[in-house]
Amino acid sequence: MSWNYREAEIGDELPSLSLEPISRSNMILYAQVSGDHNPIHTDKDFAVESGLPDVIAHGMLIMAYLGRMLTDIVPQSKIENINVQFTNMTHLHDELKCIGKVVEKNFSTEINTILVSLRVEEIRGQKKILGQALININ
Amino acid sequence: MKMFDRSLIGKKYPQIIFEIKEERLKLFAKATGQSDQLYTNVKFAKEKGHPSLLAPPTFLTVVSMEQEDPYQYLKDLKIQMGKLLHANQEYIYLLPIYAGDILRMESEITDIFDKKEGSLQFVVFTSTYRNQDKVIVGKAKTTLVVR
Repeated sequence: MSWNYREAEIGDELPSLSLEPISRSNMILYAQVSGDHNPIHTDKDFAVESGLPDVIAHGMLIMAYLGRMLTDIVPQSKIENINVQFTNMTHLHDELKCIGKVVEKNFSTEINTILVSLRVEEIRGQKKILGQALININ
Repeated sequence: MKMFDRSLIGKKYPQIIFEIKEERLKLFAKATGQSDQLYTNVKFAKEKGHPSLLAPPTFLTVVSMEQEDPYQYLKDLKIQMGKLLHANQEYIYLLPIYAGDILRMESEITDIFDKKEGSLQFVVFTSTYRNQDKVIVGKAKTTLVVR
């Protein structure tokens, strides 16, 4: 049976989300649809002039993957907040995995919640995002 | 590196009004691999009790780009675009956001600080999103860093 957020216990790992290696087309498509046309994500020459080896992914694209990991297992209306820190740049061909773990369970008269720690890491271990989300389990 | 002008704390940016179109949500879902039909199939979303397609958790980021010059703040802060990185992002969700909603975003610079003896400079934007009924649907805090 799939993981049930309502019955979550501290220490539970959420079903993770593994992604295909990041491609140029992922970045170009995201630039078009998000409206974020900073050329550091789409133009290699510009990225190199800015001191990078090649284009880097939009942080918000990586956060969107993390959001997707959550909405795959929790109704979106139950997500109270998400807070992330972008700890490393995501480079072309990075192979990412989104990971979550229940770290707190809180009960009150109004709302019962779980706090989930979040991270996105490259398969060789570098962390791209660290964060947390508060989930309503009422 | 020149330090950011701290007198910009409190600077408000013009509000942005943005109507969420179904097509935009479908494209956003495609670009982020959001394959759940709640985000792509109107009929399915309605069968599940939603008024229309649901905007995924990070979709609000699109709104800030829907203005004549989304990078005006780079000029205000005298930042080179190639040196800019996203440091933190926080969203608080109050109500679901759907296709057909007309959002109004208000944004201001709420902090400017530095780390590592000024070699990393940060700017924080705080944004509020209201829907067509003037109800706050979400809030965001965006921290950018110049390397």
